[in-house]
Amino acid sequence: MTTLWEEIAAERIPPEAEHRILLCGGVPCTSLGCKKVKEALEQELESNGLKEQVPVKEVGCIGDCSLGPSLIVYPEGIIYYRLRPEDAATIVREHIIQGRVVEELLHRDPDTEERFRQQAEMPYYRSQVRLVLRNCGVVPPHIEEYMKYRGYAALARALAEMTPEQVIEEVKNSGLRGRGGGGFPTGLKWELTRAAPGESKYVICNGDEGDPGAFMDRSILEGDPHSVLEGMIIAGYAVGASQGLIYVRAEYPQAVRRSQEAIAEARKMNFLGENILELGFNFDIEVRIGAGAFVCGEETALITSVEGTRGDPGPRPPFPAQKGLWGLPTLINNVETLANIPLIILHGAERFKELGRPGNSGTKVFALAGKVKHTGLVEVPLGTPLRTLVYDIGGGIPGGKRFKAAQTGGPSGGCLGEEYLDIPMDYDSLAQAGSMMGSGGLIIMDEDTCMVDIARFYLDFTQDESCGKCTPCRVGTKRMLEILERITRGRGEEEDLERLYQLSMLLKNGSLCGLGRSAPNPVLSTLRHFKDEYLAHIREGYCPAGVCTALNRPRILEEKCRSCGLCARVCPAAAITGEKGVPYRIDPALCNACRQCIEECPFNAIATGGVQHAHADHR
Amino acid sequence: MSLKAAAERELYERLTQALEKYKGKRGVLIAALQEAQQIFGYLPRKVMIHVANELTIPLSEVYSVVSFYSLFSTMPTGRIRLEVCMGTACYVKGAEELLKGLKEELGVEPGEVTKDGLFSIATTRCVGACSAAPVLKVGEELHGKMTRDRIGPLLEELKQR
Repeated sequence: MTTLWEEIAAERIPPEAEHRILLCGGVPCTSLGCKKVKEALEQELESNGLKEQVPVKEVGCIGDCSLGPSLIVYPEGIIYYRLRPEDAATIVREHIIQGRVVEELLHRDPDTEERFRQQAEMPYYRSQVRLVLRNCGVVPPHIEEYMKYRGYAALARALAEMTPEQVIEEVKNSGLRGRGGGGFPTGLKWELTRAAPGESKYVICNGDEGDPGAFMDRSILEGDPHSVLEGMIIAGYAVGASQGLIYVRAEYPQAVRRSQEAIAEARKMNFLGENILELGFNFDIEVRIGAGAFVCGEETALITSVEGTRGDPGPRPPFPAQKGLWGLPTLINNVETLANIPLIILHGAERFKELGRPGNSGTKVFALAGKVKHTGLVEVPLGTPLRTLVYDIGGGIPGGKRFKAAQTGGPSGGCLGEEYLDIPMDYDSLAQAGSMMGSGGLIIMDEDTCMVDIARFYLDFTQDESCGKCTPCRVGTKRMLEILERITRGRGEEEDLERLYQLSMLLKNGSLCGLGRSAPNPVLSTLRHFKDEYLAHIREGYCPAGVCTALNRPRILEEKCRSCGLCARVCPAAAITGEKGVPYRIDPALCNACRQCIEECPFNAIATGGVQHAHADHR
Repeated sequence: MSLKAAAERELYERLTQALEKYKGKRGVLIAALQEAQQIFGYLPRKVMIHVANELTIPLSEVYSVVSFYSLFSTMPTGRIRLEVCMGTACYVKGAEELLKGLKEELGVEPGEVTKDGLFSIATTRCVGACSAAPVLKVGEELHGKMTRDRIGPLLEELKQR
């Protein structure tokens, strides 16, 4: 039997006759100059009189952004990478005109020298199951293209063959959980919204992807907006709403544009508006643009922001399902959650559940970034081990460095060390390990990343984004940040660790909304898994990664020290002491970081943190 | 009337016109302020008062919204806004180095404008191009995989535009 993924992928192989070029227009590729490649390509085709026969279409994120800008030439499906405008002439001359694959523009594995012609051959794609991303990078984001691949067929089925209750039942059966972070069962949320009394109801698509390091919602809205619209219309039908809103961050202008274009296209086809498909259901969608506030990802804050005021969160209950936008029942679902809906309705809950694990069905899109060879959006069944993501798909850590940690869930999540490489990536396993799924940001860190500094980085973020309404969050994040700054500057005390822990508990238990309740996670998880790094900062005034510049003091590497005493003799601050037979010691309180001891030591037994691999890779 | 005053009056006329469609509607303040910022480049006190009067919303409420959201600015910016993305991926890939580089090349701090009024530098929240980190935003344009040595040539190129 073929899996759902194989079936969907097979549908998307274009017919033999279709000659066209799909160019990645995802944001990372745009930032690497794909627009200039597109212009050059169009010019080249035009001057060869091929403009009509070989259209160039922009698609959403193709993936493996580390090799961008990229494009795929159909019908063969040959994928070219790292393109510069001057490559356009070669592609047109050799591939399009002479029908010869341009070998030097294919991706070549630097270790095995293997060249890859098609996506399916590459390790980056082989372990992926691209259900939510089914159209991203393969199908241009327009309605006529979307409909070629059974687009809006799920909507037609829901409206024509199913009652709202049956739709809700199907979603409940699928076991789909909210992809925005919390993992609340989607079907249950729909049921609660349907049951709530109200003269009208709203469906809000939460596209306020504020987690730094996550960009799947943006890429879905840009690369496949119709799957989100279709999900929203079905949700509207199921809960009894007639108005939908897509709340998008203003930092994502292209996602705003694409959503608006898609809405206009869907209205024209009568998938939106009055009497949809002449089946008696009315529903329309508007786009609302956020103005930059992380807390607006929180449901209650998002609602006040849509109402045009400060995005202050409120207490729950009442839940938005009962009393949401303008006091009316409101269903809030994340972009990725909604993009799953058409699949579930079209293929049925049972087939959806074939993927993932019990209680964690389906797939999850992760935004793989940081210190990993291949970066970009990757989609895998829930429960896939972290190792598969980092090594099989991501290709491991560049520059021969060691994996140190994976950060999941952004500022609300945590850092998992090497011993967690085999953790199944699902909601429950991540929560148990002290992190969380969050929206799916996955930042890989190597030995050059200081975990104390990362905790400080996140607290700096949450402290700045705290709305200030409740005291534990407003004051607590500030105090925690001060302590972390103290430690990274070499002025920490051992009692600070206990203070951090106490404050963390206070925030977790005392804050009103999810921002404050999860703000301590980066601190708690690094304290749990990387306590020795905190202690190195405090006790030895030493930053093992060499990131905290205030701590760039030398340290004696005990295993290399032969206790010759040369260092103690040159030290102008008399900070080095020791005796024969035991390693010498530097007193951090006296050391002035002049580094003379490093120069003097004949055994290379003195070093500053991270100096062995100077910051070459930061570039 | 001086040229400057005439230009300013024209901007206020445009704002008044733009605000027309928001009158009497609920939930429109953020959108109205976004449009006002597009017209003026930032939101000085006088503009906030104008919006408050036109939409009959208390100035305190207008100010509470402006000060809450990070995309509203009450300070003028340069004609070209340079923003270093401070998302996590950019941070671990050396965003601080980029910021330092910009400060050195231009001699201004984040939030300041160069003397000729051409450039201003700032940090920004994650722009969602994490796989091309670190990222520098120039106006609306993104530059991925930026390095310290590419800053100088890029600034030269921007000056020519």
